[in-house]
Amino acid sequence: MAGAGMRPIDPIASEPLVSIRDVQLHYRMGGIFSAMRGRSSVVKAVDGVSFEIRRGESVGLLGESGCGKTSMGRLLLKLEEATGGEIVFAGEPVTALKRAALKRYRARAQLIFQNPFDAVNPRFSIRAALSEPLENAGIPAAEREGRIVKALELVRLPQPQQFLDRYPHQLSGGQLQRVVMARALILEPDFVVADEPVSMLDVSVRAGVLNVFRDVRDRLGLTAIYISHDLALVRYVCERTIVMYLGKVMEDGPTEDIVREPLHPYTQALVAAVPVPQPDQSHDPLPIGRGAPDPRNPPSGCVFRDRCPYAFERCPVEVPRLRQVGTRKVACHLFDDTTGKQ
Amino acid sequence: MPELAIARSGLPTRLFRSLRLPLNDRFAVFGLLIYLVFVVTALFADQIAPYDPTEILYTEDYDLAADMRPGQEGFILGTTSLGRDVFSQLVYGTRSALLIGVTAAFMVALIGSLVGLVSGYFGGWTDAVLMRLADIAFGIPFLPFVIVLAAFLEPSIWNVVLAMALVLWRDTARVIRSQVLTLRSRGYVDAARVAGSSDAKIILRHIAPNILPLSFLYGSIAIGWAILTEASISFLGFGDPESISWGYMLQDAFASQALAKQAYYWFVPPGLCIILVVSAGFFITRGYENILFPKLGR
Repeated sequence: MAGAGMRPIDPIASEPLVSIRDVQLHYRMGGIFSAMRGRSSVVKAVDGVSFEIRRGESVGLLGESGCGKTSMGRLLLKLEEATGGEIVFAGEPVTALKRAALKRYRARAQLIFQNPFDAVNPRFSIRAALSEPLENAGIPAAEREGRIVKALELVRLPQPQQFLDRYPHQLSGGQLQRVVMARALILEPDFVVADEPVSMLDVSVRAGVLNVFRDVRDRLGLTAIYISHDLALVRYVCERTIVMYLGKVMEDGPTEDIVREPLHPYTQALVAAVPVPQPDQSHDPLPIGRGAPDPRNPPSGCVFRDRCPYAFERCPVEVPRLRQVGTRKVACHLFDDTTGKQ
Repeated sequence: MPELAIARSGLPTRLFRSLRLPLNDRFAVFGLLIYLVFVVTALFADQIAPYDPTEILYTEDYDLAADMRPGQEGFILGTTSLGRDVFSQLVYGTRSALLIGVTAAFMVALIGSLVGLVSGYFGGWTDAVLMRLADIAFGIPFLPFVIVLAAFLEPSIWNVVLAMALVLWRDTARVIRSQVLTLRSRGYVDAARVAGSSDAKIILRHIAPNILPLSFLYGSIAIGWAILTEASISFLGFGDPESISWGYMLQDAFASQALAKQAYYWFVPPGLCIILVVSAGFFITRGYENILFPKLGR
């Protein structure tokens, strides 16, 4: 079913590598004084998200900016502490990791950054930047250079030796993003989160970087999360897609199914918004409102209801739960059998 | 590999480079030259000064050599009412001024940088507690505090250093904290964390090098402040009577009614020296400012 076609999945290995259970990341806005007067508001960047990722699977996290997809990625790597819920990686709760165990986790789960120009310290040579994870993992100094060159070859940076003593500003965006990717892969992790890895790059070099990402993932059998706002990119890279909106999961299922027949009205709008390279084909995007609502003050019930063209009386009253519909899960009252409405 | 040799140049060179002296700014170079002159004077005070600054001198006729005019009897800048050599006092005053200036600047830059780094990087309660302490330090009037301190402790030039260390870290800490807050949110800091680097390592490797010029900026401001404060304290009579400083000279001249005697040679030189050192610090500060905030222009 899911994951079919792109590459074979070992049946034994297809138990979940990462389980996310009702994870929340709430920010309290305003200081202690406004809290005392009861005037602080809470921004729910991630609000009760649950999903599982099987070993070897690539999942796309899709959504517009501010929907919590980047926060979700940061939570997975413990760059942010969850305010509720649990993240379990290979049987170990990530949320409770400390010191040595956390360090071991760091070697197994990695992040590819969105902005390569910001992700490498401008004062560090490429050699120094790539040495840092090796040093932390206790790899002896004599072995490091070989590992660095190997990692740079893996991301298809030609003649890696000549880059070692260069500084980030001497590299192009595409080269630098490959270095960032090499740094993420140098410790041979099991799990990689890629946070919009090509959004800061020129369109002309995007395809190259994306192909490297896909190849490396397949060759190393990586489990990957690919965060993006671009459905076309997610479709190119991932067999499964999770659509997020205002900190909640709206739809979760095989990418091809979602693209061919989006169920959730929000997903429909996203699919309709993808430009079609045929000028004569009638193209009519779903009429949803322009901007997402203020995250400090989301709508009651279903968070999407104020932009939803199909909203009905139940939407403001009840928060829709994620329900299994065919091959996927959808959080929308339209697909709730108990009302009989379709 | 030749590239390696370039990257790993000698420690003194690297230390010098890490200071990032603002050598492309004419004012800053002027300031550095003034500092150089004063530092050399302070180091070789024993060789330069013809007399002990506290020694009471006599003329060849065994008269007290009091209120000599410059040049008279071979005294370059004349003598005080007690028969002490003004030039020797000026030379030795350089020593105590620089000693106070440098130690106070070091303390201010060190404490301020540490507090700023810890406060900005860790945030939360640590930040709240340290910044409320900074608020208290901001509430302390500086000069009265030094006077009270001098009253409680024995009069000593170190009172000024201690007071500066206790109070003036506040400005440095605030500014460095804000800088650390922006640095902390940079991608490469997250990258280092994901790479498994400890907090200490991240602070030392990725954050501290970026705030070093700011520390120097506040250090060079503190040098001028310390020298001015010491002069004020000595002039008010709370200074150390044992050590000769420019402030002490001014106080001595004031108490001996040098102005009425028109003994300009007595109080103008120490005043000029204070102005020169403090403005040299200001020029260097401007140079650092240019490095730190190139967009400000001038």
